[in-house]
Amino acid sequence: MEIPEIIGAGLCAIGVGLGIGRIGGSAMEAIARQPEATAKIQTAMLIAAALIEGFGFAALFAK
Amino acid sequence: MHHNIHSKLSVSLALAGAIIFSVPAFAQDHNHHNDSRAEAAHDTHDHTDSEGGHDVKTQIKETIEHHLADSYEFTITEGVSFPLPVILFDEGLKVFSSSRFHHGESVAEVDGNYYLLYHSKIYKTDASGHLSMDEHHHPTNIMPLDFSITKNVFMILVMAGFMFFLFKAVAKAYQSGQTPKKAGRFLEPIIIYVRDEIAIPNIGEKHYKKYMSYLLTVFFFIWFMNLVGMTPLGINVTGNIAITFCLALITFIITQVSGNKHYWQHILWMPGIPVILKPVMAIIEILGLFIKPFSLMMRLYANMLAGHVVIMSIIGLIFVFGSWLIAPAFFGLTLVLSLLEVLVAALQAYIFTMLTALYFGSAVEDHEHH
Repeated sequence: MEIPEIIGAGLCAIGVGLGIGRIGGSAMEAIARQPEATAKIQTAMLIAAALIEGFGFAALFAK
Repeated sequence: MHHNIHSKLSVSLALAGAIIFSVPAFAQDHNHHNDSRAEAAHDTHDHTDSEGGHDVKTQIKETIEHHLADSYEFTITEGVSFPLPVILFDEGLKVFSSSRFHHGESVAEVDGNYYLLYHSKIYKTDASGHLSMDEHHHPTNIMPLDFSITKNVFMILVMAGFMFFLFKAVAKAYQSGQTPKKAGRFLEPIIIYVRDEIAIPNIGEKHYKKYMSYLLTVFFFIWFMNLVGMTPLGINVTGNIAITFCLALITFIITQVSGNKHYWQHILWMPGIPVILKPVMAIIEILGLFIKPFSLMMRLYANMLAGHVVIMSIIGLIFVFGSWLIAPAFFGLTLVLSLLEVLVAALQAYIFTMLTALYFGSAVEDHEHH
């Protein structure tokens, strides 16, 4: 791997990490506010996280 | 309570045992690989990429690559492997056993044609097995159309057979009453979960039944394949982009075929926005049609591949340090990560099924309230 590719891969990881972190954090807050809606929030959280993750991997693997 | 702890302990011990057995398999595997590589470098040509490749790190890298790649023989452990049939379409159908490649060391002669196995790919050569290389050391020989039963294809067939008999037996048990029996006791809650939590909320009460067979098949196929991939046999079916491509392609085709009038209207001529924006939205929506299955494909492939690579790299670190003091730490880390991978195995199956159901739902949705 060349240096720019390594930096790009690192930036991808930072972006995806921030995105998934925000989703997780917001889901935590939402569950704390409405514990009875936990199941629905978790499902929505997983879908959103999966979408971001998919693009993160796509960016990492597309050299 | 006591029984519960006991069963948990036995599960942990079984997992630990599986990992212990995976370590010698790994070690033997990379010794074996090293030998065959040295021989290959000896009797073939243009093996410049193996120059100086004998330190531990390179060996680990090669072992991981070897472990993740599809192959023409099924290796159980060192020395214990069985060949699988090679099926080529090259001036007629050629069927022969992969044992004729002698692990890639010799040229296989079939009906006057010669084939050579080089870096897990079959090339057509002359009798001496000469490969002509371009400047990037890629062979320029003809590659015949390959329909071989490789390790992955073999595992898919085995799993298809296993799933067929398992679910047939479970379904049959319901004929004598509504209580699940044997495996059904374990599988019924999962099937009900797929129906009540994945299919109905996303597709809707009206249409979900038609898609249940596909959703259940894809869920159990991915889940079982992910779990089989956790064994030390080096089965990497769901971490193979060709297979995830096909799964995503099936989802794509079913979505488009079942798309109703409203679905296509929303893609091609989005209602409720200014006319000038409609063509722009159409372009974005059409791109979205292909991005959705593409992300399904990449997510499953990359997750499973990354999981395998991380676990094997950490096992590899034991050999890099080569110390009895450090090995237990990496052993523990591998155990923890393997448990995480068991979770990921189910999670990826769930997400694939969930998103598939979501796409089906968007295709069949009724817009009566408009």
